Amino acid sequence: MSEAAFFIDHSRCIGCQSCLQACAECDTHRGVSMIHLETIQRSDSVQTAPQVCMHCEDPICARVCPADAIKKTPDGVVQSSLKPRCIGCSNCVMSCPFGVPKYRAEIDQMMKCDMCYDRSSVGKKPMCATVCPSGALTFTTMEEIQRTRSGIPINTWKFGNEVVKTKVYVMVPREVEQLNVDLVQISSTPTALQDDPYDVALMLEDA
Amino acid sequence: MAKLPTDIPELVKQFGPTLHVVPPGGWAHTDKDEKLVKTHCCFCGQQCGIQLRVRENKVVGFEPWEDFPFNRGKLCPKGVKRYMQDEHPDRLKSPLERVEGKGFLPIGWDAAMERVVSEIKRIQQKYGNDAFALLTGASLTNEKAYLMGKFARVALKTANIDYNGRLCMVSAGAASKKVFGIDRSANPWSDITKAHVILAAGANIAECAPITTDYLWQAREKGAKLIILDPRMTPIARNADLFIPVRSGGDIGVFNGMLHIMIERGWIDREFIAQHTTGFEAVTETVKKYTPEYSAKIAGVPPEMIVKAAELWGPASTSFLLHARGIEHHSKGVDNCIAAINLVVASGRIGREGCGYAMITGQGNGQGAREQGQKCDQLPGSRDISNPEHRKYIASVWGVPEESIPQKGLSAIPLVEAIHEGKIKGLISICFNPAVSLPDGNYVREALGKLEFYVNIDFFLSETARYADIVLAGSLMEEDEGTTTNVEGRVIRHRQAVTPPEGARQDWAIINEIASRLGYADKFHSAPREIFEELRIASKGGVSDYSGMTWDSIEKDYGLFWPCPEPGHPGTPRLYEGGKFGHPDGKAHFSPIEWRPSAEMPDGEYPIILTTGRVVSHFLSGTQTRRIGSLMEQYPQPRCEMHPRLAEKLGIVDGDFVKVESRRGKVVVRAQVVKTIRPDTVFVPYHWPLDRSANNITIRAIDPVSNIPEFKICAVRVSKTDAPTDPIAQLEMEAGGIR
Repeated sequence: MSEAAFFIDHSRCIGCQSCLQACAECDTHRGVSMIHLETIQRSDSVQTAPQVCMHCEDPICARVCPADAIKKTPDGVVQSSLKPRCIGCSNCVMSCPFGVPKYRAEIDQMMKCDMCYDRSSVGKKPMCATVCPSGALTFTTMEEIQRTRSGIPINTWKFGNEVVKTKVYVMVPREVEQLNVDLVQISSTPTALQDDPYDVALMLEDA
Repeated sequence: MAKLPTDIPELVKQFGPTLHVVPPGGWAHTDKDEKLVKTHCCFCGQQCGIQLRVRENKVVGFEPWEDFPFNRGKLCPKGVKRYMQDEHPDRLKSPLERVEGKGFLPIGWDAAMERVVSEIKRIQQKYGNDAFALLTGASLTNEKAYLMGKFARVALKTANIDYNGRLCMVSAGAASKKVFGIDRSANPWSDITKAHVILAAGANIAECAPITTDYLWQAREKGAKLIILDPRMTPIARNADLFIPVRSGGDIGVFNGMLHIMIERGWIDREFIAQHTTGFEAVTETVKKYTPEYSAKIAGVPPEMIVKAAELWGPASTSFLLHARGIEHHSKGVDNCIAAINLVVASGRIGREGCGYAMITGQGNGQGAREQGQKCDQLPGSRDISNPEHRKYIASVWGVPEESIPQKGLSAIPLVEAIHEGKIKGLISICFNPAVSLPDGNYVREALGKLEFYVNIDFFLSETARYADIVLAGSLMEEDEGTTTNVEGRVIRHRQAVTPPEGARQDWAIINEIASRLGYADKFHSAPREIFEELRIASKGGVSDYSGMTWDSIEKDYGLFWPCPEPGHPGTPRLYEGGKFGHPDGKAHFSPIEWRPSAEMPDGEYPIILTTGRVVSHFLSGTQTRRIGSLMEQYPQPRCEMHPRLAEKLGIVDGDFVKVESRRGKVVVRAQVVKTIRPDTVFVPYHWPLDRSANNITIRAIDPVSNIPEFKICAVRVSKTDAPTDPIAQLEMEAGGIR
């Protein structure tokens, strides 16, 4: 049995915000959530996407930090900035390909998801992955995920030409091996939205 | 507006709702002197297991309870933040007395009780016993629900007791009873994950029963097909194999249309029907005319969707039906449910692993609280108050003459109408906020203002309690102990985490005290554990038989499913195994269902359909969740969802203030323009009070059998309006203001 890992399945997310509410309860967060829940475009869809820190093998946030304030634990968890070192420059905020670190002006420090290190380092699951009602966030073993899910977990991303490997996995359809994230120009003119398969009015057109 | 002791902004200033944001003792954590109490969430019918963190008799946080099998540590945002009700600044810590011009002032328990008892006596002597009524709730424990029913019949001797499950589970319950003879979900939730096709009708599972989502997704991982009926594309509908955006009130079109095709194509279990059911011929006859085209007109969807639904459901080897308020909150709510259940019975797929159906019970004890005898027509053990044998047995348990037990009383809506008409003069209510939760809110608040004497038992001063003469400070779930029965029919233990604050009392102690002062101390002296002992005897031989259960055996096995007719019995997670149903003939009874229009259909004057419902961060009338800061932050004020096509026609853009009005009333809220709703329908959630209450608009029409109100459809018009500037609009959003 391998050790437990973190898996995100965006297709399961129902946008309930349990993860945010529970994350804020963490003793070290003092009422502020470190997980982000993106509502993609509420006018078009109810699709939402939770975003925890992906805990990159070679975290770019740490690489670009001029104060050397972001450390990775031996077990691969990328921590929030160290309070005495963080200079609040926000290099990490701008460099993270997943948009995870946030600069908090009121404490002049970057804070981000640390996979509930106080819990996960003593054998408990991270809070968000414990409470998540839909199983969009799960903390379990690779064997268990392979046994219970139809998709496959991957942790290799390609942003333009840069390949990023992460400690956190996302569930994807079986044929996908790597997630390629390219820049696309999004057009939002009304004509571009005509074929929206999630428009209830279009579903009813034959009625 | 009916009479209040002082104006609303003043009442809000005194009693809230205000927001609780930081846990007691602040966010700084300490394990010192902390204990974890394994109990359950106080909110919905799923009754998730949760551990409350307790320090110095204060609930200071929560910890997931991963061993509890129903939810395995999972919680929705309400569950995560439920603990913030404790140590709340709005908490009532003393009985209150209405003082004209001032509001409510504290009064001692003795004086409060004296006044309550003398007014009960006065009203009953002057107008008769039935002129004093009780309105109770489905979030009460089994023990309290039992006590309320007994209190009404033995101490008050009034026929008029009903509960807010009347707004929740009665259509589903009546339909199940009619078809199967038993009012309970037929299967444990674990069966959902083993079904090859799942039909969820009128069930916004992601927001109203979030934990159930994982059961759906588990089934889908194994290849199950998911069919969703809802006028809105809810978060689970987004991922369905077939989403049918049915017109509210048109569900029978889909169900009968599916059955029509199933019969035509031979996708019914003739052998099962012959052996285990009655009445299928009449159903066959009825659905003959429900061709896809005919059905589609009723449902307001393309006929191909109904054909596709039948093709998914019909030939499957295992299947599961889930239904909830979306099909139940109708003046034909019972018929909607029966038409859906007919699909289950005709397929023969019930009473086995992965095969069955469930109603998604809404309130905390939505299942148990409808079995213990606090419904107007019911005695404990789901017994019938008009059945002489049932009356005789309960009379013997209570030690009263059978003839002293009143006959059937009025259900919630007729009861409020009787108050409005001056026939009912006195009221005790507990765990019920009709000023927000009942339809036709203006009428309901007018009725409350007409009472000669009104006692409200609650832990917060709800919008309804503002009409009270005496308010008695009751208890939170975690300040008491007892049992509830979850959505599956699993009876579970609520453990006490803390004692009530000084000045507040446990609800059962309040009822016992009133009964004692009325002269019934010999029959009302028990604490919850003893009440359960009496309850299980009272339930013996009834449909919902708890007689083999003890609190210890419930705790030991993470809950026990009823019926559990003798000690040591393992309980009954799955009903109807081997095709044995609850009717005396052992069979399931089909009923033919014809579609009929809703009480108020859209017309030229009010051309749009309004449907109401919930959002994930709030619970029911909001009197609990509108006081929790982070839940308010998640969804601060009601919005009117409408399709861009409708919005364009009305000249409305996202964020505009809009007036939504019916023949009965209106709300002014902001518009939310989304493509995820039918263009002929708007949606407003109902958790807010006063000028933001969706129930100002809804219709006081009820189902003839279940008496559930028609919350899910009425006719409205919608127009752009200016930002309201009146004093109510200026209140904070939790109190009914708007931003």
